[in-house]
Amino acid sequence: MKQSRFGAWLAIAIGTIYFIVPLLATFEFSLRMRRGEYSFDAYAVVLGDPRFQASFLYSTFQAAATIIVGALLVVPTAYFIRLRLPRLRPIVEFITLLPLVIPAIVIVFGYLRLYNSSSWIPLTATTRTSDLLLTFSYVVLALPYMYRAVDTGLRSIDVRTLTEAAENLGAGWSTIMFKVIFPNVKVAILSGAFLTFAIVIGEFTMASLLDRPAFGPYLQLIGANRAYEPSALAIIAFIVTWACMGLIQLFGRGPATAKR
Amino acid sequence: MAQQAQMELGSGPAIARPRVGQTGWALIGVSPFLVFAFMFLILPTMYLVVGAFQDADGNFTFGNLADLFQPSIRSAYWISIKVSLASAIGGALVGFFLAYAGVMGGLPGWIRPTLMTFCGVASNFAGLPLAFAFLATLGRTGIVTVLLVKYFDFNIYSTGFNLLSFWGLALTYLYFQIPLMVLILAPALDGLKREWREAAEILGANSFHYWRHIALPVLWPSLLGTTILLFANAFGAIATAYGLTGSSLNIVTILLYAQIRGDVLHNQNLGYALALGMILITGFSNGLYIWLRSRSERWLR
Repeated sequence: MKQSRFGAWLAIAIGTIYFIVPLLATFEFSLRMRRGEYSFDAYAVVLGDPRFQASFLYSTFQAAATIIVGALLVVPTAYFIRLRLPRLRPIVEFITLLPLVIPAIVIVFGYLRLYNSSSWIPLTATTRTSDLLLTFSYVVLALPYMYRAVDTGLRSIDVRTLTEAAENLGAGWSTIMFKVIFPNVKVAILSGAFLTFAIVIGEFTMASLLDRPAFGPYLQLIGANRAYEPSALAIIAFIVTWACMGLIQLFGRGPATAKR
Repeated sequence: MAQQAQMELGSGPAIARPRVGQTGWALIGVSPFLVFAFMFLILPTMYLVVGAFQDADGNFTFGNLADLFQPSIRSAYWISIKVSLASAIGGALVGFFLAYAGVMGGLPGWIRPTLMTFCGVASNFAGLPLAFAFLATLGRTGIVTVLLVKYFDFNIYSTGFNLLSFWGLALTYLYFQIPLMVLILAPALDGLKREWREAAEILGANSFHYWRHIALPVLWPSLLGTTILLFANAFGAIATAYGLTGSSLNIVTILLYAQIRGDVLHNQNLGYALALGMILITGFSNGLYIWLRSRSERWLR
C-alpha cells in the first residue's frame, strides 16, 4: 500500500484556505476605514475609545479575580481529594464537568431568578455584588479547565511525601497548602489561568445578562453600530487568544500536548 | 469546550490508606468548593428544572413542557438542532481528513505541531469576534463576496446564500468545530498502531480492507463521540449567532436570551421549560460522548 501524499496536501490546503481567508479578509476590511487607502484608523479609533479601555480593563480584572477565586477553590479541593478523600473523587469530577453540559445561558438564567433583588440573597441588587456574581459565574465556566489542569499538576508531584515531610517539620495545613502545594502546582494554575483569561475576555452571554460593562457586551455594541471597527476588534481578539495559547505552551507541557 | 476531550475521566490511583493528618481537616478543606458548586451551579439549575414543572401559581403541571411544542418554539429547537447537526457532521468530516493529513499523511514534520497550535487557537476563537470576521468575509459587503462579483461576476447572494441564515451560521460554526475535531481526534489516530497496518498488508489487505476492517472499527467510537460533542458544543452556543444575526434568527439560545431579557413568551415558567429542554439535549449528548469515549479508550493505551 503506497500512501499518496496528494490527498493529505489537498486536505491541508483546503483547511488552510478556509482558516486563513476569513482572517486575511477581516484584516483587510479593518484597514479600509479611510477612503481610497489603507490605514490603521479603525484600530486607532477602537484603542482610543474610552469604553474600549474601560471594558477591556474590567474584563481583565474579572479574569484575574476569576483565576484567584478559582485557584483558591480548586487547589485545596484537588489536594484533599487526592490525599484523603478519594471516595469523593467521582462526585467532584462530575461537578467539574457539569458546566460543559449545562449551557452558560441556562446557568445565568438560574442566577437571575435565584439571586434577584427581591430574593433571599439579592446579589444582583448592587453593582459590587453583581460584579461578584459575574466573577462566580466565570469561576463556574472555568471550573472544568481549572480543575483538570490542577489535578494533572498534582499527579506529577508526590503529594503524600511532600505533605508528610512538611508535617514532620511541624507545618500546619495552611503552611502546607500555601508554601508547599501552591508553589508546586504553579505551572498548572498558570496554564489554567491563561485559558480562563481567553474564555473570560470575550465572554458575552453572562456579562450581558448580568448587565455588567465587560468587553463582550462592548463588542456587541460596536458590532451592531459600526462598520470597520468590528473587524479591528476581531483581529485584536484573535491576537489575544493567540497570545494566551502561546503562553500556555510556553509555561506548560511540551509540544506533545499542544492541545492543552 | 475543546478541553473536555482532553479530560480523562479515569482517575489516578487512589491513595489507599492515608496516614497523615485527619480526615476532618480534609472535609473542611473541600467544603468551600462543595458549597460554591451547590450555590452557583446546582441550585440555580435545580430552580429552573423545578420551575419547568410549575405553573405561575406554583402548582405542579406538565403544561409548560407541552407548550414547548407550540410552532414557534418547536421550530426554534428544530433550527438549533439542524444547525448543530450540520456543523457537527461537517466539522467531523473535514476535521477527520485534516487530522488524518496532519498525523498520518506523511507530510513534513513541522505540519503537525503547526496544525495543532493553530487548532488550539481557532477552537477558542468563537463568539462575537468570529461573527465579525465572517461578516467582513462573506457578508453582503464582505471581501470575498465583493471580489467574487468583481472578478468572476458571481454573486453568492444571488444563489440564495445568506450569511445570516442556516447555511451561513453552519459555515461560521465550522471555524471552531473543525479545529475541535482535529484536537480530539489526533490522539485517537495516534492509537492506530503501525503494526496493524503492516499485519494487514502481509495478509494481503489493500487500503480499503484496512479501513473497512481495522481502522474504522477502532475509530468509530471516537468519531461518533466527537461528532456528538461537536453537536452539543454548537447547540449551547449563542454569541456567534447573536453577533451574526442579532436576534433575527430563531434558534433556541437566542429565544431563551430574549425570554430572559424581556419575557417574550409571556410565561416565566415556559422559559424554565425551554432551559430544561436545552439541558436535556446537551446532557444526553454529553452522556453519550462520555460513554463512547470510554469505549474508544481501550484501544488508545
